Parts: sequence; C-alpha cells; structure tokens
Amino acid sequence: MTANKSDRVTRETAATRHVGFTVNGQYHEFRVGSGGIEISPTHTLSWTLREVLGLMGTKVSCDSGACGSCTVIMDGKAVLSCKVLTIECDGKTITTIEGLRDPKTGALDPIQQSFIDHTAFQCGYCTPGMIMTAKAFLNENPQPTEEEIKDALSGNFCRCISHYQVIRAVMSVVEKEGEHGR
Amino acid sequence: MGDDYRFIGKATQRRDAVEIVTGTALYLDDLRFQNLLHGKVLRSPHAHALIKKIDKSKAEALPGVKAVLTWQDIPDWKGGTPRKLRVLDKKVRYVGDAVALVAASTEEIAREALDLIEVEYQVLPAVLDMDSALKHGAPLIYDEFPGNIIPGGTIAFGPNCLKGVVMGDVEKGFAEADVIAEGTFGYENIPNALPPEPVGAVAMWEEPNKVTLWSTSQAPYMDKGTLFHVFNRQVEIRCIGNHVGGSFGTKIMCWQVQAYAVLLSRATGKPVKVMFTKEEHMAAFTLRIGSRIHARVGMKKDGTLTAIHGTWYVDSGYYSFTTQAQVAVGSGELMIMAQCPNWDLKNIIVATNRNASGSTRGFGGQELKCSFIPILSLAMEKAALDPFEVLKKNYVKPGGGYFWRDGNWYQYRGIDYSAAMDKGAEQFGWKEKWKGWLTPTAVNGTKRLGIGVGVHGNADVGEDSAEAYVQLDCNGTATIFLCAAEHGTGQKSNYAKLVAEVLQIPLDRISMTPADSLITPFEFGPVGSRGTYAIGSAVINAAEDVKRRLFEFVAPKLGAEPQDLETVDGVVFVKGYPEKSLKWRALGYDRTLLGHGRFEPDFTVCNCMMSFVEVEVDTETGKVTLLRVVLATDVGQIIDPQGLEGQLNGALGSAGIDSAIFEETILNHSTGHILNANLMDYKWRTFTELPAMEHVVLETPMPTHRFHAVGVGEVATSPGPSAVLMAVSNAVGSWLHEYPVTPDRVLRAIGKVGYSARGGKK
Repeated sequence: MTANKSDRVTRETAATRHVGFTVNGQYHEFRVGSGGIEISPTHTLSWTLREVLGLMGTKVSCDSGACGSCTVIMDGKAVLSCKVLTIECDGKTITTIEGLRDPKTGALDPIQQSFIDHTAFQCGYCTPGMIMTAKAFLNENPQPTEEEIKDALSGNFCRCISHYQVIRAVMSVVEKEGEHGR
Repeated sequence: MGDDYRFIGKATQRRDAVEIVTGTALYLDDLRFQNLLHGKVLRSPHAHALIKKIDKSKAEALPGVKAVLTWQDIPDWKGGTPRKLRVLDKKVRYVGDAVALVAASTEEIAREALDLIEVEYQVLPAVLDMDSALKHGAPLIYDEFPGNIIPGGTIAFGPNCLKGVVMGDVEKGFAEADVIAEGTFGYENIPNALPPEPVGAVAMWEEPNKVTLWSTSQAPYMDKGTLFHVFNRQVEIRCIGNHVGGSFGTKIMCWQVQAYAVLLSRATGKPVKVMFTKEEHMAAFTLRIGSRIHARVGMKKDGTLTAIHGTWYVDSGYYSFTTQAQVAVGSGELMIMAQCPNWDLKNIIVATNRNASGSTRGFGGQELKCSFIPILSLAMEKAALDPFEVLKKNYVKPGGGYFWRDGNWYQYRGIDYSAAMDKGAEQFGWKEKWKGWLTPTAVNGTKRLGIGVGVHGNADVGEDSAEAYVQLDCNGTATIFLCAAEHGTGQKSNYAKLVAEVLQIPLDRISMTPADSLITPFEFGPVGSRGTYAIGSAVINAAEDVKRRLFEFVAPKLGAEPQDLETVDGVVFVKGYPEKSLKWRALGYDRTLLGHGRFEPDFTVCNCMMSFVEVEVDTETGKVTLLRVVLATDVGQIIDPQGLEGQLNGALGSAGIDSAIFEETILNHSTGHILNANLMDYKWRTFTELPAMEHVVLETPMPTHRFHAVGVGEVATSPGPSAVLMAVSNAVGSWLHEYPVTPDRVLRAIGKVGYSARGGKK
C-alpha cells in the first residue's frame, strides 16, 4: 500500500483516483473506491489511521468533532481526524501520537515526558489528543501564557479532570524551553 | 506525617505512563481479533410499545450480514433486580430500547442492515416521570410491577438488605425539636458521568457453552458473576479486562452490551464486537438515578438532630439493576452524615419509560444528599445555625453508628474527621465569609457572591471481598495476580507500591497479570473507594503471606527462626546480623512461592469529604460561575500524591459539582427522546472555565489498614452539588429547589422571569 511519490505521479495519469499522504514520516498511497482495501470517500482520517494503518493511539470518543480525542497534526495544524475525510488528505503531512518520539533515538517528546512527570492523565483516553493539541500549539506559540494554553486546549474533553495537571505539564515545557532559549 | 516509607507516599511514575503518552495503551477498541464481526443494535423510536411484527428478511439478505437476532431468536436471558428484563423483549420500554441485533463483516454493513429491518409497533401510552408513573391507573411498564413500583432490596446484599431507615420514635423526636423544617427538593437532572471511552464488548463463543469476553468493564471478575445469572447459569464465562477509558462507577455494569456481543457470537461462531456510539452511550447506557425527597427534619437550637421523617422517591428509568443497592448504600450514607436517634425514612423506586439509571460514583448517597441537605438547611436556617458547624457536629464520630447495606447496625471505629473539616474551613475562610442564610457574601453591582458547604462519606471503603496472589521468583521478582482493570485511578500502580513496600524490592521488579478471570482469584471491582482498603489489603495480605513462606523456607538454612528474618532487595537476613544472609536465589531455579491474600468486608470504617464552594451569580443573565472549591479530607496515609490530586480534582466532572451548575440529560417529557445525547449539546467543563481548586488532606493514621490508609476517590464528587445549591441560594437570597442552577432557574428564583420559562417541565 505504500509507494514512492514518483510512482504516484505516473499512476495519477491513469483514470483511477488515488490519495497519498505522509504519516509519521512514511508516505502512503491508496486507491479511492469501495473495495475492501480501498479508501472509501466516506472514510474519516481517524478511521484510516486506526483501521488501515493500525495507529491505535488516535482515540475516537464522540466521532463528531466535539471532544478533541482524535486530534492529530496535519501540515502543522491540530485537526480533528474524525472530521477530516481521508480523501481530503492528498499531499498532506500528518503526525500522530505514535510519531512524536524522536525517530532516531526513540526519546519521548518533551511534552510526553512532561505529561508523565506531572501525572497529567488519569484514564488516559483523552491524553493523545491533549498532547497533539498542545504540540501543535507550542510549535506555533512556544512562549504562551497559561491563559493561552487553556484557550488552545478548550476543545479537549477530559472527564477525570486532569486539566490542572495538564496545564502544569504544558507550562513546565514552556518554562524549560524559555530557559533553554536564554 | 505518617511513617517514613520507601515507596508509599512518594511520587512515582504510573506503570502505564509511557503507554498512555505514546498512544500504545490498549483500550477495548484498540484490540485486534481474527475474523471479527461487528455488531449493531436497532433501537426503538417509541418510549413504550409492543412489537407486533419484525421482518428481518431484507436485512439478512444483505451481503456481509451474518446474523440478525430479535426477541424470538434468543434464549430467555434476563437481567435486572429482580431479574425481569429480557435482553431482547417483545416490548420496548424507552426511546432507544434494543429491538434487534445485527452482526456483519463491517460496521457499515451492520448499520445498513439496521435500516432494512421492518418493525411494526403497537404504541402504548408512556410514563415519562415519577408523577405520571405513580398516578392511579397509569400504564404499566412491567406486568410484574404494579403501580410501576420496583420492589426494594437486592439479594446481593443479603436477605435483610437495607430498604430504608426506621429507628427510635420520630414523634418523640419532633416533640423534642426546637425547630422543624419540611420541604421537597429534587436532584432529577439524571446527569451522565460520561467517560470518554464509550461502552462496548467483544465476545468469542465456543460451543457448546463457553464464552470469552473482553469489555470496557472496570470489574471483569464481577461480570463473570453478573452474566452467569443473566445467562441462566448455563454458560461458562471468562472475562478479560484492559485499559478502561474512564468509568466513574458506570462501567461496573455493562451487562447489556456484553449480552449483545455474546448472543451475536453464539449465533455466528465468530468473535463479535459491539461498541456503542457516543449517542448510544448517552441515550442507551445508564444515567444517574433521579432523586426527590419530601421530608421533615427536627433539630435543637444547638444543631442536634432529633428526628428525620420522609419519603425518598427514586426514578430508576425503565429498569433497575443496581438501584436497590444504591438505595441501601445511600440510606446508610445519610445516617453517616446525619447522626440522629429517630428515623422514619422510606423510599419508593419508580420505573419510568426513559433510559435506565444505574451505578454512578456517589452511588445513591450523592443523589439522596443532593435532595436532603437542602431540607436540613431549611432547619438550620430556622435555627440561624452555621451549616459548617451543623454538618461537622452531625457527622459520625467514634462510638456512633449506622445501619449499612446488609441491614445490620455497625458501630463506627474510624477516626473523628472534625480536624479535617476545621482545616478545610480555615483554608476556605468560611468563618470570615459566612454572613448568614440567604445572604450573599458580597454584592458587586449585578454580581453576587455566595458560599456553600456539603459533606459526604461512606462505609463502602471496606465493602465486598477481594482476593489476590503474590508469587516470588528466585531472581528477586514478584508477580501480582489480581483481576483489576486500570480505569484511571492509578490503583494498579499503587498495588505494586504496596507489594514493593512489604517485600522491600524496587518497583521495576514487580509484574502484574492481566485482569483475566481465568488466571486471577476473585475481585469485586474498584468501586466505592474500596480500592485502597479492600483491594489493597488483599494485595498486602498476599505479599505478607508469601514473605512468611519465604522466611519459613530460608530460616533453617540460616539457622534462625522465621520471625527473626527480614528481606531487602531480594536478600533475606537475620535482623541485626546483615552478614547472616541468603539471596532469594536460594529458592532454586525450580521453585516459586505463592502467597494468598483475602480481604473480608468491613463496614465499621468510613471516609469523609467536605466541599466548600464559592460562586458568583450574575443577576442580569442568571449565569452561575464557580469561583473556588476547597476539598477537605483525611486519607490516613497518602499512597500516591499525584494520583490523589487527580482523583480529588475529579470532583468537578463526571456528574459531580457540575451536575449542580450546568450538567443535565434533557428528556423531552412528551416524546421520551433525550434531546442532548451528544457532546455538543450536553454541557461539560472546559479548560477555560476552571475554578481555583484547593485540597486539604490530613494523614491521621487509620488503625484498619497495614499502611493506615483509606480510599477517597469515589466521594470527591458527592458533597459538591448540594454545596453549590446552597451557595447560589445564599447569593440570590432565595432557595433554589432543583438542579442544575441554569440561568432560567436563577432568574426565576430572583423573580426576573415567570414560572414556566422551562417549557414542559415544572
């Protein structure tokens, strides 16, 4: 199911429609259709990530764009993968929770480590979505205030009320980055 | 405070931390199965109807459909208390009731097949609230329950299950009272605890009568027992637990979705997964019980209670499984917080044609207190007493007692929680802020501030049996055999800490079996804050037992007596003579030691949580803003500080404090449809609306636990809602009688809008 980008160009010249995108550094291409191994026009990105690519870290809770559990990063922005159709992802670059570790060393991303250090989770179901939202936000705004972090995470549903520990975890990354920068 | 432990009380990393932050923690929907089929449920559009005819032929003909089951196709499997509700029935009793089950090769095909099932209904008149259900001549939801009253008591709590509280002489008590207050208050907004992970199950049937179940349950071993009876005691059941995406007491009972998966697997011979959508989770999985109480309370001028008399009306929805248990526990919990010599507190459990109520944290006590504390407050108001002082005075103290769920009287042998309450009041600044009843603490233009206080505690901390094994290996490691699914409290990590402390080995030398009823001994499930005392004690006892066996084995080799030995880091030595030692390796590579631990139920101790809240009410818009929460408790000994903090913060969500402010399940009272069964329309607290949250946690050693601890996780939510109702009433200067305190209700209380602002509902 994976292919080189150059292959894709030749295959696109044929009448069949394809969709190709990069997930966690790896390029994937699929034929669009209704066959078992094809991407249906009705498939959401969250479905494709989980059921086709086996990336179970992206959690689906409400499946209707209200809870933030399924958040992934697409071309640098946090998106709700249950509200994105897979066929809309052609040419996109996507990072899921599985792609946050350093690909060479396997080291955790500082946000992941900070969530561990602050026990910023209880049941953990919303955690991947929280981390991806925070990651995209800090990429855009590396030195936010606490209020800005709260705003950024306001679409993420957490029922255990780990909010206070999550804020501390994200603020701690901000502070460390700040020290690093100086 | 407390002893200086090596692991207990220290901040340690959750065992599953890396899995959780990297997305590799496996929840039910993440598990993969060969040849898996997907199950879906056809649901009733009517609140009450008879199924006259079902034609499933078109659905069965759809390619990919492997089974379509209706009430005619299944064995006579029933659940509920008493066991009267068929898994699929010819009658539907609420909007969303299961009509048919489909298994297909994909979810899409299963969904499509639902649309092809043709059902002919004979619609019956429905009863959508307690008042209409209890009316003379009301339509009956079950022929077996005349008057729509569900019989009290559950055999799970024994033949004398507590069905209410009757003791002393209430007339005498009222005669002795200085003030008597009477009123009706309800907590009837049936909020949903709403864990992020929906409920679901995967079943794999093996002929002739075996099934293996993976599910979102927080209590896999108990499922084995519950389902054994549902399946007419004819099926051998193995239950496997995994990561659970939140529960808040709801996922102790997933029998319906489990039964659907089992029936479909039995019909197809393949593993079948049924995952509820979020909408099904919100409209067809259990809600809180609806609670309303009419009561009289007698009180002396000093706050001493003299009599409590009343009737608690409990709306269970279309069936009950745990409601009788919640009534029993809730009644006992009221006695714990309201020590009074004279009682006549009855209850009526009512069936209505709405989605069922069931287990939720607070388990009867939260619901009862949310209705009762306001009536108690009317008495305090009459006597011009400070509610903090009265709640503190009347909370059970050593020497006091209460009836508990089995109908027996228990003499309380725990600690006096007054110190924790005082410390909480001091932290909150209660004495400085309290200005008297129905008086705001401050008025700034259109904004009014108000304060409130609530209290809750239960004797569930020692409820039900627990068993565990701990196995030692010669390489210095230990394995805990325990049927515990991690549902978010972090208790699995805490059990490893307890074992590490007993055996004095590093945490990374401890493994745990999966929660699998085929491997582990009995465990009831992490409910009622029982994780620390009940489950924890079983684990500790297993570790102590295996340590004893280790010492018995090693003692002759060291020429010592077992009681003279100690072990640290996999080395056994004679106390005071560290050079006289042997490594666990002395067991030999071909030997393991197994310790067995059991906990017997103990209802003589309870926990305690007091909540102080400060709210701001906007008298122009009616909006209530929660400004500050102080929670005060005593846990005996902190096991894990960060885990405890998380559990206490949980006071807000999962149908806790927020169920007094904006959380509610909105039922259309003419059609029976739930109008907000999705995460857009059901209100939930976001990051931008967090109040200041402070915890006062004392550590007064508890005599009952090896490490002197008591659990408090469950009860963090329970005292909050009534405290909010009190605070808002104080802020606006007039009693609010219903939850949640939505803007329309606030504006009505201050006379800014008319009585019927909330269409259709009184």
